[in-house]
Amino acid sequence: MNDEIRNLGEFGLSVLREVGNIGAGHAATALSQLLHSEIQMNVPRVAVVSFDEISDVVGGSEQLVIGIFLRVEGEIPSSIFFLLETESAKRLVAGLVGDFASSEAEEFSEMEISALQEIGNILAGSYLSSLADFTKKELSPTPPAIAVDMAGAILSIGLIQLGPAADYALVVDTEFLQGEREIKGHFFLLPDPGSVQILFESLGVELG
Amino acid sequence: MNVIRVGMADLNIAAAPDSLRTTGLGSCVGIALFDPHAKVAGLAHIMLPTSANGAAEQNRPKYANTAVPMLLEMMAQRGAERRRIIAKLAGGAQMFTFAGQSDLMRIGPRNVEAVKEALALFTIPIKAEDTGGNCGRTIELSGQDGSLLVRTAKQGVMTL
Repeated sequence: MNDEIRNLGEFGLSVLREVGNIGAGHAATALSQLLHSEIQMNVPRVAVVSFDEISDVVGGSEQLVIGIFLRVEGEIPSSIFFLLETESAKRLVAGLVGDFASSEAEEFSEMEISALQEIGNILAGSYLSSLADFTKKELSPTPPAIAVDMAGAILSIGLIQLGPAADYALVVDTEFLQGEREIKGHFFLLPDPGSVQILFESLGVELG
Repeated sequence: MNVIRVGMADLNIAAAPDSLRTTGLGSCVGIALFDPHAKVAGLAHIMLPTSANGAAEQNRPKYANTAVPMLLEMMAQRGAERRRIIAKLAGGAQMFTFAGQSDLMRIGPRNVEAVKEALALFTIPIKAEDTGGNCGRTIELSGQDGSLLVRTAKQGVMTL
C-alpha cells in the first residue's frame, strides 16, 4: 500500500511547516485587508494522521462545522479544506455582511455563504501561490464548494480521494486568531497519494 | 451495556445488550446487519464501492464488496445465521455540489449501489434505509432489537 508518507522524517515535516508558515502569512495579510481587522495565524502543525484521527483536530467527527472544500489541480493534485466552527464563521463574516446575516445561530444566509466562499478562495489562493513559488509547480484551485455539517462527513470526501491507496493523510493544519478573539478555524492541505512524492522532491526533500 | 465504536473504513460485531456506533457518515455508507434470533449485530463503515484487484486483509472493511462477506463471517462465528440476517443502510450522501460533477462527487450514490449489490449476492434483504441527500449522519445499531438510530445535524433523530 502507498503509505509512504508514514516514513517522512522530521526534516521533511519541518520543510513543509515552513512552506505552510509562509503561505499562512500571505493568507493572513489578504484576509486582514478583506475584513478590515487584524487576522493572525499560528505556525502550522504538520502531521501524518490516520483517517480516524483527522476529525479529532476539529473536535470530533460529529462536531458541527462549516466546511469549504476545493481541489487543487495541476502538478501536485491535492484537496484543501477550510473548517470553521459555526459560531466562529458567523463572527468572521459579520463585518462583511452586516444586516444580511441569518438570525439563526446555525444557519447561514446566502450573503454569509458567499462571503465564506470568498474567504476560502483567498486563503487557498494565497497559500497555493506560496507553495507554487517554492516548488516551481503549476497549481490552481477549483472554485470552492461549501457545506454546513458534521466534520467527519465533510472531511470524508478528501479521505475518499486518498482512499484506495492510503490510510494516512498528510495534514498541514493552521489555526486563526482575529484580534484578541480566537476564531476556531482549521486549514487543511491533503496532497493526493501520488502528490506527496512530487511535493517533497520539488522541495528538495528525499523520502526515506 | 457497551457501545462499541466503529471507525471509518472499519467494522465490528456486537451481541445483545451491546450496540455499535459509527459517527460522521458523509458519502460513506453504514451497513447495519442483524440476526433477530441470535441477537447478533454487525456494523461496517465503508468508504469506497469495490476494490479493483482484491483488497489486502487490513483493507477489507474499506470497500462494500469486501466488507459485507467479512462482516457475515464474523457474525456467523458468533452464532448468527445468514438466512435470518436483515440489513439496514444509512449514508451515501453528497456533501458538496460542484459545477460539472466529477466521479468523486458521485461517490455516495455509487457506494449505496455497491452495498446493495454485495448484499444481493448473499440474498440479505434490506429492511430500511436512509441514504442519499446531502447531510452527514451518525448511526447506532442496537444488538438487542436491531433498531438503527440515525442522527443528522439538521433533521434530528429517527429510528429505522
